[in-house]
Amino acid sequence: MLATGKPLDRVDGRLKVTGAARYTAEWEVPGLAYGAIVDSAIAHGTVSSIDVGAAKRAPGVLAVLTHENAPRLQPIPEKVGETQFRGEGGITETRQPLQNAAVEYAGQPLAVVVADTLERARYAATLVRVSYAEQAPQLAMATAGRKTRPESFLGNNQEKLQVTIGDPTAALAAAPVKLERVYESAITHHNPIEQLATIARWEKRNGADFLTLYDTTRGLEVLQEVMATSLGLPKESVHVICPFVGGAFGAKGWLFAPPLLTAMAARVVGRPVKIEWRRQDMFAVAGKRAATRQTLALGATREGKLTALRHDTQTHSSISSGYTEPCARVTRMMYAVPNIGFAHELAHLHLPSPCPMRGPGETVGGWALECALDELATELNLDPVELRLRNYAERNPETGKPWSSKQLRECYARGKALIGWDKRNPKPRSMREGSQLIGYGMATTMYPAGRREAEARATLFADGRALVQSATHELGNGAYTIFRQISADALALPVERVRFELGDSSLPKAPTSGGSTTTATVGPAAQAAARAVLAALTDLAVRDAQSPLFGAAAEAVEAREGRLVLKANPAKGEEYGAILRRAQRPSLVATAGAKPGEEKEKYSFYSFGAVFAQVRVDEASGSIRVARLCAVYDVGRLMNPKTAHSQLIGGIAMGLGATLMEATHYDPRNGRAVVRNLADYHVPSMADTPDIAVEWLNIPDPHISELGARGIGEIGCVGTPAAITNAVFHATGQRLRSLPLTPDKLMRV
Amino acid sequence: MHPFQYQRADSAEQAVATVTKNPAATFIAGGTSHVDLLKEGVYRPGLLVDVSALPLRQITAHEGGLRIGAGVSNTAAAASAEVRQRYPAVSEALLAGASVQIRNVASMAGNPLQRTRCPYFRDPTQACNKREPGSGCAALEGYNHVHALFGASAACVATHPSDVAVALAALDARVQTLGPKGPRTIAFPELHRLPGTTPHLDTILEHGELITSIDLPAFTGRSHYLKVRERASYAYALVSCAVALEMDGPNIRRARVALGSVAHKPWRATSAEAMLAGQRPTEQLFRAAADAAFAEAKPLKHNAYKVPMGRQLMVRALLETSSLQPLQGPAGTAFAASVGGVAGQVASPR
Repeated sequence: MLATGKPLDRVDGRLKVTGAARYTAEWEVPGLAYGAIVDSAIAHGTVSSIDVGAAKRAPGVLAVLTHENAPRLQPIPEKVGETQFRGEGGITETRQPLQNAAVEYAGQPLAVVVADTLERARYAATLVRVSYAEQAPQLAMATAGRKTRPESFLGNNQEKLQVTIGDPTAALAAAPVKLERVYESAITHHNPIEQLATIARWEKRNGADFLTLYDTTRGLEVLQEVMATSLGLPKESVHVICPFVGGAFGAKGWLFAPPLLTAMAARVVGRPVKIEWRRQDMFAVAGKRAATRQTLALGATREGKLTALRHDTQTHSSISSGYTEPCARVTRMMYAVPNIGFAHELAHLHLPSPCPMRGPGETVGGWALECALDELATELNLDPVELRLRNYAERNPETGKPWSSKQLRECYARGKALIGWDKRNPKPRSMREGSQLIGYGMATTMYPAGRREAEARATLFADGRALVQSATHELGNGAYTIFRQISADALALPVERVRFELGDSSLPKAPTSGGSTTTATVGPAAQAAARAVLAALTDLAVRDAQSPLFGAAAEAVEAREGRLVLKANPAKGEEYGAILRRAQRPSLVATAGAKPGEEKEKYSFYSFGAVFAQVRVDEASGSIRVARLCAVYDVGRLMNPKTAHSQLIGGIAMGLGATLMEATHYDPRNGRAVVRNLADYHVPSMADTPDIAVEWLNIPDPHISELGARGIGEIGCVGTPAAITNAVFHATGQRLRSLPLTPDKLMRV
Repeated sequence: MHPFQYQRADSAEQAVATVTKNPAATFIAGGTSHVDLLKEGVYRPGLLVDVSALPLRQITAHEGGLRIGAGVSNTAAAASAEVRQRYPAVSEALLAGASVQIRNVASMAGNPLQRTRCPYFRDPTQACNKREPGSGCAALEGYNHVHALFGASAACVATHPSDVAVALAALDARVQTLGPKGPRTIAFPELHRLPGTTPHLDTILEHGELITSIDLPAFTGRSHYLKVRERASYAYALVSCAVALEMDGPNIRRARVALGSVAHKPWRATSAEAMLAGQRPTEQLFRAAADAAFAEAKPLKHNAYKVPMGRQLMVRALLETSSLQPLQGPAGTAFAASVGGVAGQVASPR
């Protein structure tokens, strides 16, 4: 019996609900001091003077770091691994904290006050007086002084941002049916329950500096490398520890001022320092999804065959980051269109840096595309599902490669049945329930099915237990659970006898947990390590004269239910522990890696799905409520339907939030965030979230790996916004083209 | 947070005396709003006098109405059968506000005294005459999506965020206080003030004056509260409306209408009230009244949506209170108060 595919309870569930799971800010480090941040009140200019006298004299204060006295840092690296860090299209800001007097956004850290208690640090921070030479900030995309057109997303040659396939301009001009629409989306923030935090501790090891960091990170190795480069240390002299992340959604991976400030502060005071960022700081330093203004142009035949698709995005970044929301990610691959063009224009504004946020590009870019298709369906008087079927892509239209596996037609059909699509009156504004208008909408969804390289280590113990380790992350997604399941299957042991450890940079390498790649990446590595240790055990057994397997060829032996046995005669064999005990080995260890191969060149890897929404609209007040959401996904084979269900409905709820309520506003003149707490920044409450019917086809992807499993962290967030927005049109007859769909939007129409 | 002294009061008299003689002292009860402002550095008191343990936690019959002690929790007041049956607008407003956890701690006197949600008030780096007199009003030309339509001044365009205050204004509740000069009674609609040139003063309470109870006068009519917000639960109102209707046969004898989140105080729509008195309730009448109420609205750059929203909400509140339209949920519950209901297949339980 396989453990994978079973709805195992979270193995860390009890730790979490009892408070025993240790999050970054909870580590007890002797001699700890506390940092508090002084941030910028202006968005653009320079600090002309910074008076720290009163703060330094305040009780308990150990030091005040400003750009005048902070340790110097080396520049952020150009690239880490394959990912472009600096410049246009890069992922992070090049600005290093406290290195000069320049102010590039409001909320920028200008000083760190370190004291013996948190309360004293925070109080003393209020005593720092900053004077500025202020300049007018650039805060609007339309009027930005510096605009760029980045060539590729994160330097990836497979993902160009300015692309023309065929001749979309001519095809649009010739199209019998044309439609051009502008869609706008607001800035949104990932607001994980756990805020950013770092504890930094310096010590001497063998006479050299060594830095231990407890940090809320989803990228142990990237953080290790950026810290080492910035601080001028060898990479091995930085140790990062993070066994639990309290949600990330894009934060906690790509912006490094928080850990750098903590490490600098600890260096200056000669004590370990902790900085816990407040919720309001998260709106400045934790990254966000940038606002977009997207122009979609569609050309089609009267029968609904798309002939041309153009998708032009205006978005923005900060002054020192080139991160570009890649809005054409769905447009480039979803439909069989011969002429596709897309472009991205990036405005550099005096706002905090954006970064990838759950479904980067797909969530808001896919929203615009799928809304435009809905508008086209209305124009053609065609069922929205039928329009999509008429443009069904049998191959990736950009690369011409076949899909690794695609069952999107089944998703549409099942989704229609779940929501009762054919029972609705397709005429807009035709359905009512009391004073409320009822509407149905749908959208296609997708997510790239990525896989990267990772390593793992497997240890078998003489008592029959096993441990598998890899430096991946538990974001709250169930990583501990599914990797234990995968490891148990590969070791042929029951899950109760296997532990999985992660969250420590000294473990075998795994990449940043992002892009919904962790299952497909670390799963095969765990499998490989498990097989390597079983191979080593087989080697021990067949050489041991006292073993029933003595003399057998390794290929003739297999692992079965905690025993090594002869394939031809499974009765002949013995338990793992017996082999180790006889060899007087307390344990046996093997490390192995796994990476994608040439299948990457042969196939186009994507997950697909269809989302259907039913909404109720109270038009007089502008209130929109989602009555039902039904989603059907083709996401490969699921490792654990229970944690998968939570991830999918969590993604859908986040997509619902982006659709109906989430928006961060900055003051239009001084650039300070004016929405910066969870009372005013609305994420969906339970009362906003209907029962969500999620189904999956559970068909293994035959090419991604032997496990057939793809990542599912983001696909739920994608598709949901368009399904809801299209349902609001069906309910009201009004096209809302600006996210979020807050009550004021219906008032203006 | 700035350092402060903390003291727990043993009696209302002692609390009043302590705060009166210390200009840096202030009362704290539930603290649900107060503590946020302490942490933000908006409040920098020298002494907090905790009145949460004072024996002001009773709801009693009083002159044909109800006396709600200042320290009664929002949860307890909303759950009181007397409140729910005789003054459903009060329960509806309480239950449509905050979250269960906050309502369990927040007091009945504290709720109407909570400070504005104007984001500029809550960020000490921004100009705000309410927080720092003379510093200016960043909201006037800034992001003013949630700001006032009525009664604002060049010094302040903030709104009052309390839900229950709107219901109490419509019911002409009376506030009993104990102050430096002894006890007094304040008509609820007079408790809060308009900003004028002194927006740092939310109410007419003097320094050291403590609310001891909120009295609901005898009332035999119908009352109701409606609220529009950006999410279905735990969000401040964009616009809200409380109605108290007393009938005389088929006609309205007296109507009182208060609007929330549109002014520096719960805004009594007196012109509308005058139009309604003596009339037979019809949708047409209610539309005319709502038009009259909003005729004087002065929207800012980002809050013009509140005019049509408020007008339609007021019509609906009047229709539902006068039974021309059904309530959206059982009277006295959050479901009756929440426009749009909750997500899911059934908007609200019956």
